[in-house]
Amino acid sequence: MSNLSNLDIWTYSVVGFTFATYIGIAIWARAGTTGEFYVAGKGVHPVLNGMATGADWMSAASFISMAGLIAFNGYGGSVFLMGWTGGYVLLALLLAPYLRKFGKFTVPEFIGDRYYSQTARIVAVICLILASITYVIGQMKGIGVAFSRFLEVSYDMGLYIGMAIVAVYAVLGGMKGITYTQIAQYVVLIMAYTIPAIFISLNLTGNPFPQLGLGSEYAPGGDPSGMSMLAKLDQVVTELGFKEYTTQTMGSTLNMFAYTLSLMIGTAGLPHVIIRFFTVPTVKSARFSAGWALVFIAILYTTAPAVGAMARLNFVDTLMIQKTETSEQGLAAFEPLPGDELPGWFQNWSQTGLLVWKDLNDDGQVQYYNDKNDATVAEADALGYKGSEIFHGTGDALKPGPDLDIMVLANPEIAGLPNWVIALIVAGGLAAALSTAAGLLLAISSAISHDLLKSVFMKDISEKAELNAGRLSMIGAIIVAGYLGLNPPGFAAGTVAIAFGLAASSIFPALMMGIFYKRMNNTGAVAGMIAGITVTLLYVFQHKGIFFIPGTEFLAPQLGMGADWFFGISPNAFGAVGAVVNFVVAFIVSAVTAPPPEHIQHLVEDVRVPRGAGEATGH
Amino acid sequence: MTPENRSAYWKANIRLVTILLIIWFIASYGLAILLVEPLNQFHLGGYPLGFWFAQQGSIYVFLVLIFAYAFGMNRLDKKFDVEE
Repeated sequence: MSNLSNLDIWTYSVVGFTFATYIGIAIWARAGTTGEFYVAGKGVHPVLNGMATGADWMSAASFISMAGLIAFNGYGGSVFLMGWTGGYVLLALLLAPYLRKFGKFTVPEFIGDRYYSQTARIVAVICLILASITYVIGQMKGIGVAFSRFLEVSYDMGLYIGMAIVAVYAVLGGMKGITYTQIAQYVVLIMAYTIPAIFISLNLTGNPFPQLGLGSEYAPGGDPSGMSMLAKLDQVVTELGFKEYTTQTMGSTLNMFAYTLSLMIGTAGLPHVIIRFFTVPTVKSARFSAGWALVFIAILYTTAPAVGAMARLNFVDTLMIQKTETSEQGLAAFEPLPGDELPGWFQNWSQTGLLVWKDLNDDGQVQYYNDKNDATVAEADALGYKGSEIFHGTGDALKPGPDLDIMVLANPEIAGLPNWVIALIVAGGLAAALSTAAGLLLAISSAISHDLLKSVFMKDISEKAELNAGRLSMIGAIIVAGYLGLNPPGFAAGTVAIAFGLAASSIFPALMMGIFYKRMNNTGAVAGMIAGITVTLLYVFQHKGIFFIPGTEFLAPQLGMGADWFFGISPNAFGAVGAVVNFVVAFIVSAVTAPPPEHIQHLVEDVRVPRGAGEATGH
Repeated sequence: MTPENRSAYWKANIRLVTILLIIWFIASYGLAILLVEPLNQFHLGGYPLGFWFAQQGSIYVFLVLIFAYAFGMNRLDKKFDVEE
């Protein structure tokens, strides 16, 4: 690090300053009691709580990964946009106010009490831990990418550094510290996301609002082209042999449907989000908190489609330069970039192994096109190209195309924005990943220390020992997630989608039936949760490996099970099927077993009426 | 609170939630997924309409729904006198 560039200085300053702020807040608001550790006391205003929920919710998947997936999946990427916002409607209408009225610390606590059963509580804890750990793996992938670029090290090294920082940060705080820090993190991440988007939208369309710019005329540098931004993008990508941006899907219509549903239900079943609604003072404010959270989330989510589309266009434009004044069509209408003119950002990302150029035809030029498209390959042959030359990975293990998780971070560099904007986006990505990782780790630690140790195995544990057990389980979770994050089962957003599938198939149905179906009993709920998560896990492990460890996929061709997907539904989308299984099994089992006792039916009646919501308690 | 009152409150609640969830379904699964192709024949500025619903419109609808629910429920709470 002897010769720091101007960009390095900016990055270190901005990241350093934001980190110092978070740690300062965490120390200032350090949790002293178990109550503060889990739910931050009662005085959090709905708007502030909404902001903190926004930061908690918008993770590396939303910030770093999602726009990259939209960029390369076009319309298909909409499943993330709708799935991760539409879930808030379910949360607000079906769960949040009732769980607030119930007034406990944790999700398993509600399930344990409502289904009058320690077994139900333990099953809920296990489901919660499986979903949360998978979610943290996705965060680790994002953190690894951000640190590897920021410190110019390999992805694996970036991941180890990220683990250490998450550990220090999450273990210190507890919910009270986390809530206030998350408000600061929201401000950092939303500025980091929108400022580059505004710059790029102005560059490409002259419209400062990315939401409107995406629907405006393409006018690079103020020079009108007579085409809309999206039509231009459609034209460029189809000429290179890729699918048309605005109509490209993610699998079949059924898969799009199931994927969106899985993410929506999962949103309403993830413990670290639900827990936020325990921290507001009243049922009324729980209803509004969900709305405020979505306001703050929507600012990023309506910007993301513009970020994705514009990043794709800039990325392609950099590597394959459109010839002006040409009558040629398809690949021949583009001039490949000479390899010695590759911009600095490309070389920086090459060091991380996440974006690599390999000159397949030794002509010293970079060719980038879809070499899976027969018509384009025929054009490429005529031009002497021997395959698309952009990859990610190291050594012999090269995978085609860029690692999609770099797109958002690389976007300001690709667009040639000032260094301070590039520095800001690194800080924003880290804020997003850290805030969510902290919230999830808190949910995991409270599940272990509060729901398992204090309530089941060590009833006479002291408050102090409970806190320490919580902190220890956080560290354990970081190590497991970090290890699995070395070989993540997909891009950050895809990995996180699996976590949502697990939550969708287990937690959400149990909570919803607990409130809306008085007749649901303990046997039904337990059977439903086990059936739902088992079906989902088996399907995911079958395709992605047991706990995502490569080489352990157990597709059995001899049983006639190829790599084919069940009705074309991808593993990432399978939580929707798991949720349906959960509902059906729970319904049937409860119908043939004894109804819940009288006092439970009263409890349900009581949860349905707002009056008399006291403070959240731990017992 | 009488049992009749309680059940009337709950019924009104369920009615509101059902209406809002039908809109939720139409805005996302209906317009943005099932009907996306026919809707893309129309345009909103430079956006094909189905694409716009999928990447912008549905999110705005979700926001409106949550606030509609919060205000609607507050009114019900007052009407049935179950406010905190």
